[in-house]
Amino acid sequence: MGGFRDMTGRIRAGTVAWLQAAPMALVLLVFLVAPILMIGIVSFWQATEFSIVPAFEFDNYEFLFGSSVTYRVFLNTFKYALIVWVFTFLIGFTVAYFLAFHVRTLTWQIGLFLLCTIPFWTSNIIRMISWIPFLGRNGIANSALISWGVIDEPLDWLLFSDFAVILAFVHLYTLFMVVPIFNTMMRIDKSLIEAARDGGASGVQILWNVIIPLCKPGIMIGSIFVITLVMGDFITVRFMSGSQSANVGRLISNDIALLQYPSAAATAVVLLGTVLIVIAILLRFVDIRKEL
Amino acid sequence: MSQPVQDLELVSVTKRYGKTIAVDNINHHFKPDSYTCLLGPSGCGKSSTLRMIAGHESVSEGAINLAGRDISHLPPAKRGTAMMFQSYALFPHLSVTDNVAFSLKMKGVDVSQRRRKAQEMLELVDLMAMADRLPAQLSGGQQQRVALARALITRPQVLLLDEPLSALDPFLRIRMRGELRKLQRELGISFVHVTHGQDEALALADEIVVMNNAVIEQAGPAREVFNAPRTRFVAQFMGGHNVVALPEGHFAIRSDAVGVGSADTGVEAHVTGIEYQGTHVSVLARITGDQELTALVPDNEFYANPRSPGDRVGLTWDTRNLHKLTAQSGEDV
Repeated sequence: MGGFRDMTGRIRAGTVAWLQAAPMALVLLVFLVAPILMIGIVSFWQATEFSIVPAFEFDNYEFLFGSSVTYRVFLNTFKYALIVWVFTFLIGFTVAYFLAFHVRTLTWQIGLFLLCTIPFWTSNIIRMISWIPFLGRNGIANSALISWGVIDEPLDWLLFSDFAVILAFVHLYTLFMVVPIFNTMMRIDKSLIEAARDGGASGVQILWNVIIPLCKPGIMIGSIFVITLVMGDFITVRFMSGSQSANVGRLISNDIALLQYPSAAATAVVLLGTVLIVIAILLRFVDIRKEL
Repeated sequence: MSQPVQDLELVSVTKRYGKTIAVDNINHHFKPDSYTCLLGPSGCGKSSTLRMIAGHESVSEGAINLAGRDISHLPPAKRGTAMMFQSYALFPHLSVTDNVAFSLKMKGVDVSQRRRKAQEMLELVDLMAMADRLPAQLSGGQQQRVALARALITRPQVLLLDEPLSALDPFLRIRMRGELRKLQRELGISFVHVTHGQDEALALADEIVVMNNAVIEQAGPAREVFNAPRTRFVAQFMGGHNVVALPEGHFAIRSDAVGVGSADTGVEAHVTGIEYQGTHVSVLARITGDQELTALVPDNEFYANPRSPGDRVGLTWDTRNLHKLTAQSGEDV
């Protein structure tokens, strides 16, 4: 009898665990797994000018991989991701370092940190669009530079250019780098810095030998945020480049606008695969599980 | 005898944090090749003093001299001191060897040479087998030895230890303090050790510096500080003492120097409590003036003539064991 009771007890414990996990699993199934499967399925469908036919064909992929546009656009997407990553990392690391190691009191740290998040009280698009009057041909930047005598003619490349796209990306996403790096920096025991100084390390040596290695997980999490956000974006590129540049997101959005869902789905699948590969490569360098 | 004398000296050293004074104008001469303990309750200024010697805290006023030069404005690594931190502060991302060799790497010593030096240090602290492990894979005692090796590899003239044993369990603490003492003798350098445990200080130190309220209350050989406390604070902090107010002033007397006799001898008293402590029995007794004294009686002596609370007894002591207390203590006397 005792054994029987043990068995039911164990079964019940298992059932409870499953039930506890079920709501979240259900949410993920409906809102994450199902849409991805759907996109995967649709990517094999057939599309004509006026109809979409369920099928299992590789036409969409063949077309995608056969077109030089795809490679150019993917390359452009990588270019944005890389440049934006470099800038967000440099700025984000510096800001986090300043907050964590130079601001002495916790009150100021929290205050300045909140200050960094204030731009996030408005929507992405508004923050992005607010650059337009600033950077335009007759915008604030140009008129200021002209009135200071730095330039004679307005600069054309400030707006509707790669410069504008990258500027907006950096503005939008630097905080995603600041937060995780700041988080790991705050966890560094300050006595480690003293121990390093006791061992004769200079400021640069402390940064290189102690702080950066200990911040790696934060850097990696921030990098994943920034790279996935930039690679998946389409609206920033469209607005800030004045529709003159393209990335994969825009390729997909154009297909959708033309009701070419199968083609859009195929591009999306390839993009998803690419992003996953990039993240897999990043994760080979650092074990972020320690941070989670 | 060819070595220069490594005299460490504090000259009118003061540390202020805003308006609070953490260390108030202290002077002390640390004897060369000795084990000194800075002893005091938390917030007494002992850690600030140690950190000023190490160079991790600036000196507000005064000078710190080591081997004849003022080191108070030099960076930590240029002082000839090395510090062992309270929680050891080992670099979690570096192996034991790399932790120990850290200062050599900073100096630009090449890999093979610094590995060899680190090996020597690990041999000294008996941790050869752990050379490739990460700090997280070591026990508390092993981590402490790594910290020790890392501090000693810089060949300091003075090793500064900030509550080095506080993170260990009591058994390990006693073993490690034996090892620290042995290492100090072998290396022939000065150790300055901050602690709030008087038993630790008594067990380790050649010289004890008792601090309270930002000043040095008493400094001297361990036995002298314990036996002849000069202030009420020292008497109470070192423990094992009674402070009695007699017509001639305030005195400290060791509990084990107080005898319990029949009611017609010595000072009249009521027993208020009995505590069995193994080798001794502590008898709490109240004398006139509402003063409670403790007499530590050897257990066989006590049980030859047991007392119980409420008994009238006489407390006796040899006047030579009374130590007059000065009133300059921060506590009211």
